[in-house]
Amino acid sequence: MFKKRNRLFFLIFVLPTFAAFIIGFIYPFFSGIYLSFCKFRTVSNAQFIGIDNYIKAFQNEGFLQSFWFTCVFVVLSVVLINLIAFAVAYILTLGIRGSNVFRTVFFMPNLIGGIILGYIWQQIFNGILQKYSTNLALNETYGFWGLIILMCWQQAGYMMIIYIAGFQSVPHDLYEAARIDGASKSQILTKVTIPMMAPSITICTFLTLTNSFKLFDQNLALTNGLPGVVGAGGTTIYKTEMIALNIYKTFYANQNSRGIGQAEAVIFFVIVVVIALAQLYFTRKREVQQ
Amino acid sequence: MKSTTLKRLAALGLAGLMTAGALAGCSDNSAAPDSDAAKTGDASKGSVYYLNFKPEQDKAWKALAKKYTKETGIDVKVETAAEGTYESTLTAAMDKDDAPTLFQVNGPVGLANWKDYCMDLSDSDVLKQLTNDEFALKDGDATYGIAYVIETYGIIYNKTILQKYFDSDFASVKSIEELNNFDQLKKVADEIQENKDALGVKGAFTSAGMDSSSDWRFKTHLANMPIYYEYKEDGISSTDAIKGTYLDNYKKIWDLYITDSTCAKTDLASKTGTDAETEFIDGDAVFFQNGTWEYGALTKGGLKDKDLGMLPIYIGVEGEEDQGLCTGSENYWCVNNEASDDDKAATLDFINWCVTSDTGTAALADDMGFVIPFKKAKEATNKLVKCDAEMVDAGKTPVTWNFTTMPSEDWKNGVGTALTQYAAGKGDWDAVVKAFVDGWATEYAKANG
Repeated sequence: MFKKRNRLFFLIFVLPTFAAFIIGFIYPFFSGIYLSFCKFRTVSNAQFIGIDNYIKAFQNEGFLQSFWFTCVFVVLSVVLINLIAFAVAYILTLGIRGSNVFRTVFFMPNLIGGIILGYIWQQIFNGILQKYSTNLALNETYGFWGLIILMCWQQAGYMMIIYIAGFQSVPHDLYEAARIDGASKSQILTKVTIPMMAPSITICTFLTLTNSFKLFDQNLALTNGLPGVVGAGGTTIYKTEMIALNIYKTFYANQNSRGIGQAEAVIFFVIVVVIALAQLYFTRKREVQQ
Repeated sequence: MKSTTLKRLAALGLAGLMTAGALAGCSDNSAAPDSDAAKTGDASKGSVYYLNFKPEQDKAWKALAKKYTKETGIDVKVETAAEGTYESTLTAAMDKDDAPTLFQVNGPVGLANWKDYCMDLSDSDVLKQLTNDEFALKDGDATYGIAYVIETYGIIYNKTILQKYFDSDFASVKSIEELNNFDQLKKVADEIQENKDALGVKGAFTSAGMDSSSDWRFKTHLANMPIYYEYKEDGISSTDAIKGTYLDNYKKIWDLYITDSTCAKTDLASKTGTDAETEFIDGDAVFFQNGTWEYGALTKGGLKDKDLGMLPIYIGVEGEEDQGLCTGSENYWCVNNEASDDDKAATLDFINWCVTSDTGTAALADDMGFVIPFKKAKEATNKLVKCDAEMVDAGKTPVTWNFTTMPSEDWKNGVGTALTQYAAGKGDWDAVVKAFVDGWATEYAKANG
């Protein structure tokens, strides 16, 4: 009797969240997939046309360009952000004076919105580049490194907090034992600290990987894809456009392009899921039980 | 204990309500009434929902809507999309149950996107108020849009400084009347540039900034010139493939803009619209390509009517001495075809009131600074608008706005990017031509294929 009542309450209490989940996630997700097979203007007047959108998406040079650009960006930013965050977290757990102040300062960029951040850094970079008679909008190399610097600056602080928590959760007796056994500082770091911190590394790589893949605001504000090169057929290919920005632009390009943008978004989703799950699988394997 | 139970119940109820509300939002309302049914609608039962395009006029529209409600008791809701987001805002709004009854498109290309949602306005009263049939946006026999504001652009010049140039000994052009074609314009600009210290300016033209706040002046408005002359020569009003007959002229004027400028060519990529505006207001430059909508900003900045004049954009085409300013509209009102008959009738009444009543015309002219192409329009106080009227009176032929036929935003951006690269010396002119000509055909096919 008592148990049955509990179960009823369980259902009642889970209902609002469940309903919200269906409305806010499940329904849009499946209608999104459906729309990628449609030609539509607004979502209520979609007309099914089959896989045409997917064919056009793969023919979209800009989409392919943005895909490779995003891949290179992701690899580099994941490595750099995690290295920087790990290093900063390591230093700030050594017990130097003012650690708390530094932690706050490094974390702060995370509190600023991506668009504002993008514009601020655009001003900074262009201010410097002007001295050399060039501009973010003129050279994709600057745009690429600008994005990397911007993302490191913004994300390293957040990952640092997770790494600090990781450092602090390593039991002290392990260090003590290692020292008694005569391990050097670098041995302690590689043989004790890093294996013990594998869960933090898993979560941080996952976060940086997905964040970098889905990057939009910063890309829009910093370079907006510029510079562009006029390719075959007079279509302009934007050199620093990442996938999310390309999808957005494709979606609003013209009256026939919404379905193509939607198809690109579905392709993008599949790629991100596959890569993120693969990463989780491989980093999880390295985690050790305490 | 009891109060927590109550709270929980309340929360549950609230969540349920929200769910119901959200689900109701998904319900489909696609039964479209046929267009002439609007005549049978009862305006007094309907309401108006206007999705406004121009952020600068947001307050004035809301004030006008309030006045209308006070006068007639009919509800008018005005919402404005943030700068550059009209298309996405409209897309989202059109999906709502309570969709805008009045929205706008920018011309034939915009109409192609939204035609299914546009009511045929052929029998409406407001159409009969138009001073010229040219301002109705047609597709076949049906009229889907009505231009509600006419704007003009050209090269705004600082009269005082230009006079200083005419009076100086190094000037080979001596009066504004002589400044009536590209060669003369180039002569004047070059001489001003050469003697900029003597005239106290930093350059002849304000910076032709290619930041997104300014690049539309060149990738759209300036690009209208070669399109206008090509259409005129071929006797057409739109095309699926542009030939680029006058692109050399486009290059000429662009070269002039970026050479006789206030800043180095390499700086143009990041220069903004405000940069150019400030340079003009501060008297650092003589010429500023912009339009009548800029009047408010210029006078607020301290320029007086006597300082301001507007020249046609000369690009070196034969017979351009008779060319006037570029006048047209990219703001067409459309009435939502899927709205209820009552709402349609109310919307038509509202726009008719806006362009015929004293309150409405005064608000459009004085508060919004619009020149409206309707019979009862109130004369605007805008000096730049008067420049246009003078040109027309002098028998100059206005240049029509053909940029509304540009195939897509992507096309404009492509041309803009190529112009930026060319200006900075990173790309050649061929890229501009390719983006202009080949890009046109590709984009047109994409949008209409």
